[in-house]
Amino acid sequence: MTRVPSSHRWLRLVGLAATGALAACGGQSASKPAKSVIQNKGSDTMVNVAQVWAEEYRKVAPDVEVEVSGGGSGVGLAALVKGAVDVANASRDIKPSEVEQATKNTGKPPAGFTVGYDALAVYVHKDNPLGEVTLEQLYEIYAEGGKFTRWSELGVKIPGVTDDTIVRVSRQSSSGTYEFFREHALKNKDFRNGSRDLSGSKEVVELVGSTLTAIGYSGMGYATPAVKMLKVAKQKGDPFVAPTVAAVHDKSYPLARSLHVYTLGEPQGAVKSYVDWILSDAGQKVVEDSGYVPVPPDQRPKR
Amino acid sequence: MNHDASTPEALAARPRRPAWAVHGERALEAVVRLAGVSAIVFVAAIFFFVLREAAPVLVKDDFSLLQFLFSTEWYPTSASHVRYGTLALTVGTLSVTALAMLIAVPFGLGAAVYLSEFCAPRLRETLKITIELLSAIPSVVWGFIGLTVMSRVIVSVTGAPVGVNVLNGGIILALMSVPVIVSIGEDALKAVPDSYREAGLALGATRWQLVYRVLLPAARNGLLAAVLLGVGRAVGETMAVLMATGHAVHIPGSLLDSVRTLTANIAAELGEAPAGSDHYRVLFLTGTLLFLITFAINLAADLVVRGIRRR
Repeated sequence: MTRVPSSHRWLRLVGLAATGALAACGGQSASKPAKSVIQNKGSDTMVNVAQVWAEEYRKVAPDVEVEVSGGGSGVGLAALVKGAVDVANASRDIKPSEVEQATKNTGKPPAGFTVGYDALAVYVHKDNPLGEVTLEQLYEIYAEGGKFTRWSELGVKIPGVTDDTIVRVSRQSSSGTYEFFREHALKNKDFRNGSRDLSGSKEVVELVGSTLTAIGYSGMGYATPAVKMLKVAKQKGDPFVAPTVAAVHDKSYPLARSLHVYTLGEPQGAVKSYVDWILSDAGQKVVEDSGYVPVPPDQRPKR
Repeated sequence: MNHDASTPEALAARPRRPAWAVHGERALEAVVRLAGVSAIVFVAAIFFFVLREAAPVLVKDDFSLLQFLFSTEWYPTSASHVRYGTLALTVGTLSVTALAMLIAVPFGLGAAVYLSEFCAPRLRETLKITIELLSAIPSVVWGFIGLTVMSRVIVSVTGAPVGVNVLNGGIILALMSVPVIVSIGEDALKAVPDSYREAGLALGATRWQLVYRVLLPAARNGLLAAVLLGVGRAVGETMAVLMATGHAVHIPGSLLDSVRTLTANIAAELGEAPAGSDHYRVLFLTGTLLFLITFAINLAADLVVRGIRRR
């Protein structure tokens, strides 16, 4: 092999940094063993809500620590299936194969709870004159073999742009949002390759907000002043519906979905109290404050 | 040589080293040898374990290696028709790396020559410390710079619709590779004996002629190693390119197109792929491909060096 000169100060630097990081991790996990810890992982759409839940719940139950991380609904459920987390957040339904795997691995079939609703909003830049879109048009924009690649083909003229190629913004394939959109807008056909597959709900809205020719989909809670939510109709001729709380509850908005938490078996002890709290008025207020749609009061379990 | 030393009396009278020192030295020798060989063992073991995770998918009927290598259709989670084609990802990795090297090699080697031959000693120390600090910046920070700062600069300078693309990834990777190339390259130039420099100067060479005709040829192995480590850094980098390249499965037509690299793809998808599934195994196969690409680059460079040496 090629001879490498002897002195590698940069290598040593990297080594030092790594050792430091390890030491820091070790110190953190060793402190306060008396607390009971709930591991919570999953949907990126729900990660903001889940973090606020964890913070609020600390005030209610100081002896319980809820550790929240994202990664995508698929990641959370994969961890639950392995028994690595106590609670998985998912913005899609659990798959039969996942139920089967979890039962096989841990002996406990997962239990699911609907903890809120989300309308998947279709975002464009605020200066895009388009105001509404049908699911059929979304199919032609996003799906493999779809026929729209330029805004002019949709009859849209974007001011101040010479190249009006549609910049498709999508999500990485572990995302529940990705699967939900594929199922409902693309009729389970595949996405056309070449979309920007971002790894967070917020990133999608950010990129759309900074790109005149972009279109993207993300939770309705992530809207910013730089973007515009389109009204959506199922097909041509149907009424266009804006993503609102009322439209989600009466199911007239075509891209609405339920948000779930899953536990292994019926929840017990600290996990049960936590799930109950999420479904209580306090937990549901967090859902509402985060820009999502809470479970209607008459459908919340009585305590 | 002292003729007395061969007589038995003289041998017996010679001061002996204690037994522990002799054994200690042997043990130490063994440890050093083990450390040397361990590199080979580790490389082989890593390759073996990665390949072992990937192997079962290779013998599946519905998996085609040709499709894996030469199809651009990457649909690992398709509901209707799963396809594992990595050509777009390979091209993504190669294009970003090539651009990074186009930028980093001239800058890195130039800086190494400057530091080693032209720079005043005090300034050199300052520069070296700064460059080493540059290499200590975590890759996620580089990625963040690419995502926020660099992408805005690219959009405003080039008018591209999206700032996360090949150009962005290439620039970020170049910035990450330059410190490696400078550090190793400067060491290689410093390792050229001063007598070469003195001989060159005595023959009336200018400083530039000295660098160009004497030092660069003399230090070429070390310089090539510097470039290779830079390439390795660029090919293997994950987090920064994940954030800076736009993550689109797409063969780039220009510098302003978004791409996805092999590493970024593994990082983004391995977490969700159920252990033991085809998707999981194909991702490990992608890792094997990555391994083979770096191996091929190293081997090619090694052969080139041998070629130069023979001539």
